[in-house]
Amino acid sequence: MAFLEKTELIPNAAGRIVPEVANNRPQVPYLGVGKYQPRGNKAAPPIRTAADYPESGDKRAADLETALRKCGLRDGMVISSHHHLRDGDRVALMALEAAARIGVKDLMWFPSASFPSQKGAIELMASGVIDHIEGSMNGPLGDYCTQGKMRGMGVLRSHGGRWQAIQDGEVHIDIAVIAAPAADPFGNSDGSHGKSACGSLGFALADSLYADRVIAVTDNLVPFPCIPSQIQGNNVDYVVEVDSIGDPAKIVSGTTQITRSPDRLRIAEFVARFLRDAGIMRDGFSFQAGAGGIALAFVGYLKQMMKEDGVKARFVRGGSTKYLVELLEEGLTDYILDGQTFDLDGVRSIAGNPRHVATSPFTSYNYHGKGNFASLVDAVVLGATEVDANFNANVVTHSDGRLLHGIGGWQNCLAAGCTILAVPSFRDRIPVIIDQVTTLCGPGELIDVVVTERGIAINPLRQDLIDAVKGSKLPIRPLRDIKEEVERICGGKPQRPKPGDRPVAIVKWVDGTALDSIWQVA
Amino acid sequence: MSRTIETKAVSAGEAGHWGQDIRSDVQVRIEPREHGAIDIELESRVKPYYGEAIRRQAEEVLEALGVQHAQVAIHDEGALPFVIAARIEAAARRAGLGEGTRVLPDRLPLPEPSPRDRIRRSRLYVPGSEPKYFINAALHGADCVILDLEDSVHLNEKDAARLLVRNALRGVDFLQCERMVRINQLPLGLQDLEEIIPESPDVILIPKVESPSQVIDVSQKITEIKANYGITRPVWLMPIIESALGIEKAYEIATASGEIVALTIGLEDYTADLGVVKTPDGAESLFARQRVVNAAHAAGVQAIDSVFGDVGDMDGLRTWGLNSRAMGFEGMGCVHPLQIAVIHQAFAPTPAEVEKAQKIVAAYHDAQQKGLGVVSLGSKMIDPPVVQRALKLIARAQGMGLVP
Repeated sequence: MAFLEKTELIPNAAGRIVPEVANNRPQVPYLGVGKYQPRGNKAAPPIRTAADYPESGDKRAADLETALRKCGLRDGMVISSHHHLRDGDRVALMALEAAARIGVKDLMWFPSASFPSQKGAIELMASGVIDHIEGSMNGPLGDYCTQGKMRGMGVLRSHGGRWQAIQDGEVHIDIAVIAAPAADPFGNSDGSHGKSACGSLGFALADSLYADRVIAVTDNLVPFPCIPSQIQGNNVDYVVEVDSIGDPAKIVSGTTQITRSPDRLRIAEFVARFLRDAGIMRDGFSFQAGAGGIALAFVGYLKQMMKEDGVKARFVRGGSTKYLVELLEEGLTDYILDGQTFDLDGVRSIAGNPRHVATSPFTSYNYHGKGNFASLVDAVVLGATEVDANFNANVVTHSDGRLLHGIGGWQNCLAAGCTILAVPSFRDRIPVIIDQVTTLCGPGELIDVVVTERGIAINPLRQDLIDAVKGSKLPIRPLRDIKEEVERICGGKPQRPKPGDRPVAIVKWVDGTALDSIWQVA
Repeated sequence: MSRTIETKAVSAGEAGHWGQDIRSDVQVRIEPREHGAIDIELESRVKPYYGEAIRRQAEEVLEALGVQHAQVAIHDEGALPFVIAARIEAAARRAGLGEGTRVLPDRLPLPEPSPRDRIRRSRLYVPGSEPKYFINAALHGADCVILDLEDSVHLNEKDAARLLVRNALRGVDFLQCERMVRINQLPLGLQDLEEIIPESPDVILIPKVESPSQVIDVSQKITEIKANYGITRPVWLMPIIESALGIEKAYEIATASGEIVALTIGLEDYTADLGVVKTPDGAESLFARQRVVNAAHAAGVQAIDSVFGDVGDMDGLRTWGLNSRAMGFEGMGCVHPLQIAVIHQAFAPTPAEVEKAQKIVAAYHDAQQKGLGVVSLGSKMIDPPVVQRALKLIARAQGMGLVP
């Protein structure tokens, strides 16, 4: 049991303090963008032989507990799960609870993201079944971690960083449990069909390739072959049939909603106008926007402008939503390259439209590959909880140090040609643009534009963008100006909550180095 | 000889709102005590950032109000300082404390006085008891912002809203917007003026005007307060006619005071007065609206239309605005910021209109230079009123930034 081992704390190249060792693994402090040179070969799972698997191809196990036993579950192992069913997922907790019944201890749970509905993991941590979580934590799990109650140290990675960690052997998955909206007895699995259809299974792909053992759990067993299939049965050890892998109401939204807040709409419109005025919105361009209220509204405004100017995108990157699907169906983009599918229109489209294509964190985001799609995207629109005057940004913690969001693809997306943070300048009375971010998630040199309701700030490092929008009617202002205005409105600079002196989690950079620490809060 | 001791019943006073769904407001409860110090109990969603600032501000405001012994509970939902000050003052007054004292937050530099004939295409209504809407109200590009003390404020909240609006006039930057306040019907409206006029609003909207005397009462009260405070900049008036009687007296109302810059109509109340349903195309109020236009023009003030209440129906809004402009109105009210752009479009001269007007004006200048009395464009003679209209249209288009 790794009860927060004593470790040295050292500053990294960004001046943030990080532990030298986390969960008994030495950490490389962040060295700067593109500075860390990895060496050696990728990790690989053990060689298996068909002689050990049924010739009939029927890999069904009676239940998850049986499958976990057959996989040789022991104390201290790493169990992975994925968030393609989002807050509706039932499989991850099912697996962890089965492990608890088997009686093992000190597991590391390695989800691609955790959700509030999985707060049952807290009991399993309290009882010692789970030692710690390496993956995004928010809500009750986030509080548990930041209150210093988790035995081991949390490790937060981006989607690309999770692939990198698996591939580079930083995290060795003993047993991967994959929730499959459709699967055959051989283990071929797919996400686009079935009552729990969720779209892409991309988050589970690395686990299927690198884990020692892989269990597919489905509520929609189809006879071989499961077509199409995103997970190859040749990588799967066991298939478990259950009544339900998830709550459909929480897997996808019926429809994703555009914000009606005039302030947020104003931000969204500014972002779209910026892309047009800067000449980024041109024939054959590409962009990525998420499913948040501002991002959705942005797509609406951009679509209007694309139509006005007769401009078509070559591809857009999802999380797909109704609004991206409309672009595709109206011929305003050639392709959707989709990382995850947020609403029913997205699920319908990815199942039926050959130009709506599932991608994985490997193709989209992995930094330790021969390039990735994220850097081919012309513009990306992201959120943030805090930004400092040098454009450094935080996306994981509140200003009081509590965990709020996972990193998701956020860090990976910073590689885009133009990275735009679309944020209100303050929330309630809390300024978003501040002196120093609580947690550093994105180095300012990669963040090009901050769009707020009070104006647009362009990173001085991007003289090309500054020149491109000269003569535009957009309210372009220095970031410091906006910051000072907001401080006036809010009645001075906010007090800085005193962080604890004990790290409870680390934030990894896309190359696996330690970018910052999350500190225990009272 | 008997001595009467005047005792004022003191009980706790409460003002403001808090709760899960409340943002940017604060609830303050002040319980006066006979002795002892001031105890402040503070809960705030921004406590880690502004907890100390809120406590300090509360102490300062209470001291300024002369409150010495009290139990004070503050439930804050991220209220800005100007709101906190107003809520504490309102709670204290409701508890019978601090009477006759004003606690005024720092005042931003006053904007330039508003010209009488400035463009007033859009005026955005902001409920005077909802501080969350104040701070960004001016960002959305309306020509005017109306801080409303009348219909959007519950009867029990009039006193508190008045202080909130007063503080907003001091502490909120309304940017390019003309700062309007809609006061209550008289006589309550006269109390509103006591708090509002010292903060130099640009325009006072007078609701439910049915006779010139109401305007005169307001005008006299304003003159009196301005004199007391040594204010010389203008405070313009905009009467709102909302009844059949008011419509009949439209011209007398429009000419009741030299401070009147615009005349407008409130259709909800007007149609209620007539006992008819307000329809999307407004057939039932056609006469009343045209009467307002005519009276306003006769009086030499702007005619401004009512609001379009269905925020979801942008096409309906556009149609209403285009008709409204065609009838002779120069602007209308907005109940949501999303309506502003549509309204500005509807009230803008079309490019064809601008082009034609430019040609007429050019022909006029040409004729002037040549010393010709008759202006002609091509084969057509241009009458002087046509030239006047063209000059007006271009000036207006310039004011809207449509032509250089």
